[in-house]
Amino acid sequence: MATLVADRAEARPRVAKPTRRGRRRGQSWVAWLFAAPAIAAYTLFVLVPMVRTVQYSFYEWDGIGPSPWVGFDNYVRVFTDPELSGTIVNAFQLIVFFSGIPVLLGLAIAATIRRIATSRLAVVARTVLFVPQVIPLVAAGIAWSWLLSSDGLVNQLLSAIGLGGVTRAWLGDFATALPAVGVIGAWVLLGLCTLLLLSGMSKIDPALYEAARLDGAGSMREFFSITVPGLRQEIGVCVTVTVIAALASFDIIYIATQGGPGNTTMVPGLEIYYQAFVERQVGVASALAVVLVVLVLVCVLPIQRLTRESS
Amino acid sequence: MRRHISHRRTAVGLVMLAATLVAACGGPGSDSAQSTDAATALTEKPTCGKEPVTLSAYFETGFPITKALADEFTRQFPNVTWDIREDQFAVITQNAPRVLADDPPDLMRLPQVSELVKDNLLKNLDGYAGVFGWDKWPASQLEQLRMKPGGGPRGDGSLFAMGLNFSVTGVFYNKTLAEQIGMTAPPATLAEFDALLVKAKQANITPIAQFNGGATGGFAFPLQNLMAAYGEPGPINDWIFQKPDATIDTASNQKAAQHLQDWIKAGYFDQDANAMDYAKMMGKFTAGDGLFMFNGDWESGNLDKQMPGKVGFFPFPSEKGGTVAAMSAPLTFGIAAGAKHADCAAFFLDWVATNADARTIGVEVGGSHPMGPADAPMPEVEQGTVTAETLAAGAKISQDNGAMDFIANATGAIYAKSWTPQLQKLFAGEQTPDGLLKAVQSDYESQVGS
Repeated sequence: MATLVADRAEARPRVAKPTRRGRRRGQSWVAWLFAAPAIAAYTLFVLVPMVRTVQYSFYEWDGIGPSPWVGFDNYVRVFTDPELSGTIVNAFQLIVFFSGIPVLLGLAIAATIRRIATSRLAVVARTVLFVPQVIPLVAAGIAWSWLLSSDGLVNQLLSAIGLGGVTRAWLGDFATALPAVGVIGAWVLLGLCTLLLLSGMSKIDPALYEAARLDGAGSMREFFSITVPGLRQEIGVCVTVTVIAALASFDIIYIATQGGPGNTTMVPGLEIYYQAFVERQVGVASALAVVLVVLVLVCVLPIQRLTRESS
Repeated sequence: MRRHISHRRTAVGLVMLAATLVAACGGPGSDSAQSTDAATALTEKPTCGKEPVTLSAYFETGFPITKALADEFTRQFPNVTWDIREDQFAVITQNAPRVLADDPPDLMRLPQVSELVKDNLLKNLDGYAGVFGWDKWPASQLEQLRMKPGGGPRGDGSLFAMGLNFSVTGVFYNKTLAEQIGMTAPPATLAEFDALLVKAKQANITPIAQFNGGATGGFAFPLQNLMAAYGEPGPINDWIFQKPDATIDTASNQKAAQHLQDWIKAGYFDQDANAMDYAKMMGKFTAGDGLFMFNGDWESGNLDKQMPGKVGFFPFPSEKGGTVAAMSAPLTFGIAAGAKHADCAAFFLDWVATNADARTIGVEVGGSHPMGPADAPMPEVEQGTVTAETLAAGAKISQDNGAMDFIANATGAIYAKSWTPQLQKLFAGEQTPDGLLKAVQSDYESQVGS
């Protein structure tokens, strides 16, 4: 699409007369006028804060008082202070739960739902799976912290089936807190991925499946040879969205564990908040925010490129 | 071609935008590092006058005492009305500097004052203290709110805030469960307290209901009580007030942390303490699940209502018995440096401590000991209530000169970023008592130094 538009724009001036060019310039001026409110709002609320964040990251500032210039000291701290760099490691561990589980499980569920697409069960399954996406994350966090508490439903179920030995306060245990938070994220994002993949599947030409079946392909073969390649773009979108959700996660963790116990679930988003509003280290918070943005871009851009090449 | 140019234009535009912003602003924030705020001596007591005044106030949600006092004040001084904004304490803590700088209230509930004084955001109250005679009250009441103008250790210097009352902390106990294990009187020594823990454990009662989850590690309460049981409150206060060379890693604190670890290992706390927040702890205790709870008298009114006659309170005993020490802090309120009606706000603060009706509200609604001179009349309290016991404990601590600030108040970040994760690690067996104190001390030094 983009290249098409560009080509046309390039071709048109050659046939256009000088007078039309003048009118076009006037029109474009009017066009800018129409766009001006949006541009102003975007500049004020997106560009200026972004630039300010970068600016603050070079100062040591408590948010009110004087602010000495410290160069790259804040960035050095982000990478050398284990408390700060540890948050980035935690965020990458969360990718497994926020991206891996929803995408893989979503693929399997979408394929299953597609097979039973005509039955009423499919509609019910789709709705049930998408509901977590509608629930505010804060509510999800609270509900899950009840489910996962020491006398919560999860432990009651485990005890009921004779697994009383493994029950614990899942969100309060050093070994299980991060995976437990990851499970909440997976639960939230599974519905989105399933729905995206399902809509992608409806675009795949049914003739391909018919041809495969005539060639004697089983359902597994169909899945890997037709469904998955046909869904490359949708998978790309799912992975992109979920990876961003993992790296920039805040609300679920703020509600469920607040970064505890003992920093085991501390992620960059939460650490930025603590640095800025509790420790009043606006410089360090800004530096970590800039690093987080760069990290998200570094992770997401290759995924975008991969899916674009295949299309 | 066009696309390339427009790309380049965007890039150039962005760079220019960035450059202008950076060049125009320089560093963010104010440049004044020196305090200009010296209090002027007053010759007569300020009042709210006769003209209509609207005091702007920023109060804490969930503390009905402020609203009750404001209403009573308006009843007595009808020309004063209120413009009240309320928030959770955590929100106030995070917003305090910005609110005080941008929209200075006349009266505001304050977190720890060090950083606010450093940024010259609070009015120096020395002038009012002199004319109202606040400086003649027992010194320990206001010690925590004193600081050198412009920053420095707390504990002495100018007065930058006042209390509406002062709270004490200690141990609440469930009288029904206490009877079951044969506890007839509050323990007089640490050993007696330990013996009760053993008995409770044997009787299958949770010995201590204590929260340690989220961003506020509640084990700081028993830890500091143990510190005071093994040592003197003075050095602990010095550390909290950021006196030069103060350390938390002392021999007696080592014993205290070790003792806390022994309790953890003996299973005296709930298994999921690391996932328990304050509200959940209160829920457990009021449901009768837990013999002891380390907490403060801000809950006494609530407990009198929810479990009337079923709850007792005692200050944590020291190792060998005798004098006691406990965390005791004023319910801190201050006047913004830029407040419009500072005189009227100061008059209100004095009224809260000296007016008989206001003192009654402070006790009945607030549940804590009023501020003011030692010989000021005390409101009547029904005997046998928790409120009566917390007031008695407050008087005893005052008499023993055992008031300490809370170790969580040493710096703005020490609770959320040091005590909490370290205490959670201690509970999970991932940290040693010695390592805990060393880690907190090292964080403290980097925070105080910066």
